[in-house]
Amino acid sequence: MSAFRNPLDPNVTLGACPCGQHASAAEHDAQAATGERSDDDSIDALNRRVVESAVMRALFPRDATRRRFIRAVGAGTALSAISSVVPFGALEAIAQEKGPLEKKDLKIGFIPITCATPLIMAHPLGFYKRQGLNVDVVKTAGWALIRDKMLNKEYDATHFLSPMPLAISLGIGSTAVPMDVATIQNTNGQAITLHVKHKERRDPKLWKGFKFAVPFDYSMHNFLLRYYVAEAGLDPDKDIQIRVVPPPEMVANLRAGNIDGFLGPDPFNQRAVYDEVGFIHMLTKEIWDGHPCCAFGTSAAFIRENPNTFAALYRAVLEAARMAREAKNRELIAKVIAPTAYLNQPETVVAQVLTGKYADGLGAVKTDPNRIDFDPFPWQSMAVWILTQMKRWGYIKGDVNYKQIAERVFLVTDARKRMAEMDMKAPTTSYAKFKVMGKEFDPAAPDKYLASFAISRAA
Amino acid sequence: MKGVKETLRAALLSFVILAVLLGAWHLATLPKEQAAASDDEYAKLMGKGAKKSDGFPTPAQLGETIVRQLSDPFYDNGPNDKGIGIQLAHSLARVGAGFALAMLVAVPLGFLIGMSPLLYRAFDPFIQVLKPISPLAWMPIALYTIKDSSVSGVFVIFICSLWPTLINTAYGVGAVRRDWLNVARTLEVRPLRKAFQVILPAAAPTILTGMRISIGIAWLVIVAAEMLVGGTGIGYFVWNEWNNLNLTNVIFAILVIGVVGMALDILCGRLQTLVTYVE
Repeated sequence: MSAFRNPLDPNVTLGACPCGQHASAAEHDAQAATGERSDDDSIDALNRRVVESAVMRALFPRDATRRRFIRAVGAGTALSAISSVVPFGALEAIAQEKGPLEKKDLKIGFIPITCATPLIMAHPLGFYKRQGLNVDVVKTAGWALIRDKMLNKEYDATHFLSPMPLAISLGIGSTAVPMDVATIQNTNGQAITLHVKHKERRDPKLWKGFKFAVPFDYSMHNFLLRYYVAEAGLDPDKDIQIRVVPPPEMVANLRAGNIDGFLGPDPFNQRAVYDEVGFIHMLTKEIWDGHPCCAFGTSAAFIRENPNTFAALYRAVLEAARMAREAKNRELIAKVIAPTAYLNQPETVVAQVLTGKYADGLGAVKTDPNRIDFDPFPWQSMAVWILTQMKRWGYIKGDVNYKQIAERVFLVTDARKRMAEMDMKAPTTSYAKFKVMGKEFDPAAPDKYLASFAISRAA
Repeated sequence: MKGVKETLRAALLSFVILAVLLGAWHLATLPKEQAAASDDEYAKLMGKGAKKSDGFPTPAQLGETIVRQLSDPFYDNGPNDKGIGIQLAHSLARVGAGFALAMLVAVPLGFLIGMSPLLYRAFDPFIQVLKPISPLAWMPIALYTIKDSSVSGVFVIFICSLWPTLINTAYGVGAVRRDWLNVARTLEVRPLRKAFQVILPAAAPTILTGMRISIGIAWLVIVAAEMLVGGTGIGYFVWNEWNNLNLTNVIFAILVIGVVGMALDILCGRLQTLVTYVE
């Protein structure tokens, strides 16, 4: 019978039928029952029509209005006008994923820091809902608790520190449960903050005896701080003290004088400045520009049991990351994630972190649009670097098969597939060289890199 | 007549103490003149001029917060932002569950231990070792074995409210006057009847004292436990406001915790007077 009804045709009625092809739901059911389908429409064209119809119905709930609009401006103009605001391509890609969702009600854990921006903003902005998921994002008190709640299966997926899934998968500081990194949440976005009383002691060589806080043993913060002080000739295990303090408690501890400084996640660096208890010594971007910090991931078992749900979740987070990468959206995002239900911070603090225009606590206003970025691609070379540092500081003993672990935990293949669906550019390689404090890291020769450090616990 | 006068005087004195405290607080937190910042943009980024949520609040600010929080205690903005009423309900439910379970174990077990000197000696070393352990020290083990954070919270309440009731029950049962037991024996009362009609009423005041101590400890511990595991409850509320360094809300929560704790204690006190007898 009828060909697919073109939603851009002013003479066609878009009825209550779910596929948009029939005038009424009854007619749709009748055709579905006979199994009849027009042969001349390819699946792709069909798909596009369904998506277009859905969008048109959403834009013009009253059919008469739609017909009048298209008659007035013409179908071509209407389509281009609408597609400029609605990403038809992305919507079609979503519609193509036919598999039904295995699980719709999900719990995702997060720590209230700006690293988790994509994961958090996807909730108020409705990115999870758009994928048909009913997600609760649950604020959590610390990284150890995130680990325990993932192991307990209380959370379906979570915000991780990027070294955590590596450590948990290896059974270091935990029982061994395979965990996977789906995307990197953020790059850069951390800083070394010192107490205001140390304004005159900016040279790390003068930091002997300092007490520093990091969020967790298995964190980029710990590894970057150790790297930084070791480059200045201090042994991080002997010359300074490194304590684990949950990020939200860092400012309170700095104010109380329990610690001299911290290498921690934002917004707490900026919050220390805002409360006039600390100043930003340096952004971690100056140690390694483009370093990963947090990740979005889940257990290998969850992915195996709920592949379609995982794919939908993946798309929601990627969509958020794409929006977060655009500088023009940052002010809006700050407004959305600052309230009590999410970060619970003054909006200006979050905005200073995200826009990169900030007060440094020493009386200057600095501008650095790359203070934080949200490149989602899980480079396996990053995983290899993390493993070299875990070995360097004695968290892993013995031989490490760097590549094998990196490739098991950091899911680049999935990332490429999902990013392609979203029209996002994914790199074609999984390993890249990069520089940390001016020293080049070659992921192909991790052992040589590890042997090159003067201060090291590696045997 | 003299009693009423005494009460009035005590109330007056309480009021004076409160007024002095509030006055001192008000004077100590009077806003200081802020130095005029040279760089406007920097000052704006530092939040100068705007109302900052940190710093010690004045009594007026606290009053404002109390009115705001209590005018809408049951709002629910998703899992991370709930009204104070809902948070309290979560905490009370946890305390209630843990406490009830503890009583189910502590009272019968205390009875057994109290009636048998042999069991008393056999159990004594265990009780003495387990009693002084801070209930929060159980948390990592509970999280690891129970694999559920809110059940772990209930378990911690259970373990901390167990000991005072257990010990008091055992003591109360053991200290029932010998004469009464002898009378029961002369009348050939069966053991079950003896337990319920002679020993229980005699030991009830001591048992209730144990319960009163237990519920007090349980309420102390729930705040700390919820700060540790998060999610919901009044402890989580304190933790969340601590993140934001919002002392006004923290002080408000402290007041609420105090009032609820007092209410629980009064409730137990009433029960206690019900079972108290004069010899």
